[in-house]
Amino acid sequence: MLRVENIYKTFNPNTVNEKKALDDVSLRLNEGDFVTVIGGNGAGKSTLLNALAGVWLVDSGRIYIDNINVTRLPEHKRAKYLGRVFQDPMMGTAATMGIDENLALAARRGKFRSLMPGITAKEKAHYKELLAELDLGLETRLTSKVGLLSGGQRQALTLLMASLKKPKLLLLDEHTAALDPKTAVKVLETTERIVQKDNLTTLMITHNMKDAIAHGNRLIMMNNGRIILDISGEEKKKLTVEDLLEKFAVASGKELDNDRMMLG
Amino acid sequence: MDITALLNALPGGVAQGLIWGIMGIGVYITYKILDIADLSVDGTMVLGGAVCITMLLKGYPMWLSMLSATVAGMLAGLATGIFHTFMGIPAILAGIITQFGLWSINLKILDDKANLAINAQKYNLMAHSGSLRTTDPANPLPFYENTIFVVAVCAIVIIGILYWFFGTERGASLRATGCNPNMSRAQGINTNVNKVIGLMISNGIVAFSSALLSQYTASVDINQGRGAIVIGLAAVVIGTALFDKIFKNFALKLVGVLLGGIIYYVVMRIILWFRVDTTLLKLFQALLVAIFLAVPYWKKGLSKYFAKPVKKGGQPDAKS
Ligand SMILES: Nc1ncnc2c1ncn2[C@@H]1O[C@H](COP(=O)(O)OP(=O)(O)OP(=O)(O)O)[C@@H](O)[C@H]1O
Ligand SMILES: [Mg+2]
Repeated sequence: MLRVENIYKTFNPNTVNEKKALDDVSLRLNEGDFVTVIGGNGAGKSTLLNALAGVWLVDSGRIYIDNINVTRLPEHKRAKYLGRVFQDPMMGTAATMGIDENLALAARRGKFRSLMPGITAKEKAHYKELLAELDLGLETRLTSKVGLLSGGQRQALTLLMASLKKPKLLLLDEHTAALDPKTAVKVLETTERIVQKDNLTTLMITHNMKDAIAHGNRLIMMNNGRIILDISGEEKKKLTVEDLLEKFAVASGKELDNDRMMLG
Repeated sequence: MDITALLNALPGGVAQGLIWGIMGIGVYITYKILDIADLSVDGTMVLGGAVCITMLLKGYPMWLSMLSATVAGMLAGLATGIFHTFMGIPAILAGIITQFGLWSINLKILDDKANLAINAQKYNLMAHSGSLRTTDPANPLPFYENTIFVVAVCAIVIIGILYWFFGTERGASLRATGCNPNMSRAQGINTNVNKVIGLMISNGIVAFSSALLSQYTASVDINQGRGAIVIGLAAVVIGTALFDKIFKNFALKLVGVLLGGIIYYVVMRIILWFRVDTTLLKLFQALLVAIFLAVPYWKKGLSKYFAKPVKKGGQPDAKS
C-alpha cells in the first residue's frame, strides 16, 4: 500500500540552521495497517507525514502509494490518494464556508473542478446522515460557517472530510492534541470508527503513549529523523508504557524527551 | 452655495459611483475572496478604456469593443498571476510590475498619445455622461438609454454571473483557496491555478468598468487609473462596513460593494460642492479609505473589552 524507500530531508541546508529532519527513512505499510507514530520533540514525525503528503519534495529516496510513484507529485495531485487531519483545528477546514460546502469540497478531492454546481441537494441529504453519525448535533447546522464550530467539532468534521472519498492512506498528525481531554477521547473514538468502517490504511502521530498502544496494529517510534522502533502483531498487543520507555532508552541511548508526551 | 447645483451633480455621482462600484467588485474578488492585494488594476483601469475607445473609433461594434476590453483586462490579470505563482513574486510586487508594464502598452494602444477623445453622439456611446437626464423636452430620453440604467444593468448581469460562478465546483474551490490554501491543497485543489483564474476574472471586470468610465467621459486618459485601487477598495470597505450585517447572501454582498461605490462618489460630490480645494481631494480620499480599512481592526480590538459581559452574580466564563 505505502512504500517509502530511503527518504532524506534536510531543512536549510548549508546554513547554521541546517537540520537533518529525515535521515534515511524506509517504511512499508500493508493494506489496512493502522500505525501509531511516537517520538520526542523534533523527532521528524510531522516531517515524515509532510513528506508523504508532498508539502515539499524529499531530497532523495522514493515514495510509492499503491505502487504509484508519487515522489515528484505536487501536494495537490497527491491529495487524490490521501486524507489528512492536522494538529491545528483551524488548518483542515475553510472557516468562511459552510459545513456542507466544506464537505462538498472534500467530496471532489482528486476530481477536476468543473463549472457544475459546487454542491447538490442529493449531496446535502447524504452529508446530513454522515454528520448525524458524528453525534455532535452538526446535522442541524448544515449551512453554518465552520468558523463558528469548536475545535473538537472541527476535527471531527475534518476527519469526515478526509474519509469522505475513501483515501488510500489516512494521515493524522496529533489531531487530538489541541483538544480538551474529553473531546480528545470522542474524536479518537470517531477516528477508530471511521478507520474500521472503511478499513483505512492509517498513520497516526500521537504524543499520548497510551493512545499509541491502545490504537492500531502497529507502532513506530522516531528519533533524530530515523525510525528506531517498529512493533506489530502480538508484541504490540502486550506492550506497556514502561516497555516503550525502556525500548526507547535502549534504541536511542537516552531518555525520551517530549515536553508534551503523556505517559498515561 | 446653490443646492440645485448639488442636486444636478447627484445623478453624475450615482453613475460614476456605479461604474467604480463595478470596478470595486473586481477588487472584491482579489482582496476579499482570494486575499490578495492586486495593484495591477491601476493599469487595467486605463487598459479597458483604451482598448474600447480605440476599437470604437476604428468602427468596431460596441459589443466587440467591450468584449475585447474585458479580454485585455483578463490578459493583464494572467500576467500578474504568472508573476505571482509561476515566478514566485509576492502578489503586491507582481501587481506593481504589471501596472508598470501596462503604462507602455496603454500608450501604444493610444498611439503614443496621453489621451484620446471620442464623439459621444456619433459613436452612440452606451454610458455617456450626457445621457443622464432629458435635456431637450421635445426629444425625451428613454429610460433604457439612461446611463444610470445601462450601467446598473451591466452591474446586475456581472453580479449574476459571479453569483453563479462562485457556486460552481471551480468557484467554490476559488473561495477555499483564498480562505485556507493549506486545506485547499490537501483537498486536491491547485491553488496556483485558482489564483491566476481569480486575478483574470478580477482584472476582466476592472477593464470592463474602465471601458464604461471612458464612455462616460467620452475619452481615455493615460492617468485615469491612477489610484484606482484606492477607490475600488473604498467601494469594498464602505460596502462591507455598512452592509455586512444585513447582506449575508453573496450576490447581496456584491450589491453592497456597488452601493459602497455610489456612497463614495456621492460623498465626494458633496465635498466638492463645499468648494474644497480639489488638490486636497486625494488626501481626503486616502484618509477616508484608511479609516474604513481600520474599521474591522478596531472592531476586533474593541470586542476584546466588550465581548464578555459578566452575568450578574456569575463567574466570568473560564473557557476562552
Ligand atoms: N519547514 C521547516 N523548516 C525548517 N525546519 C523544520 C521545518 N519543519 C520541521 N523542521 C525541523 O525539523 C525537525 C523535525 O520537526 P518535526 O516537526 O517533524 O518534529 P515532530 O517529530 O513532529 O515534533 P513535535 O512532537 O514537536 O511535533 C525539527 O528540528 C524542526 O525544527
Ligand atoms: Mg509534529
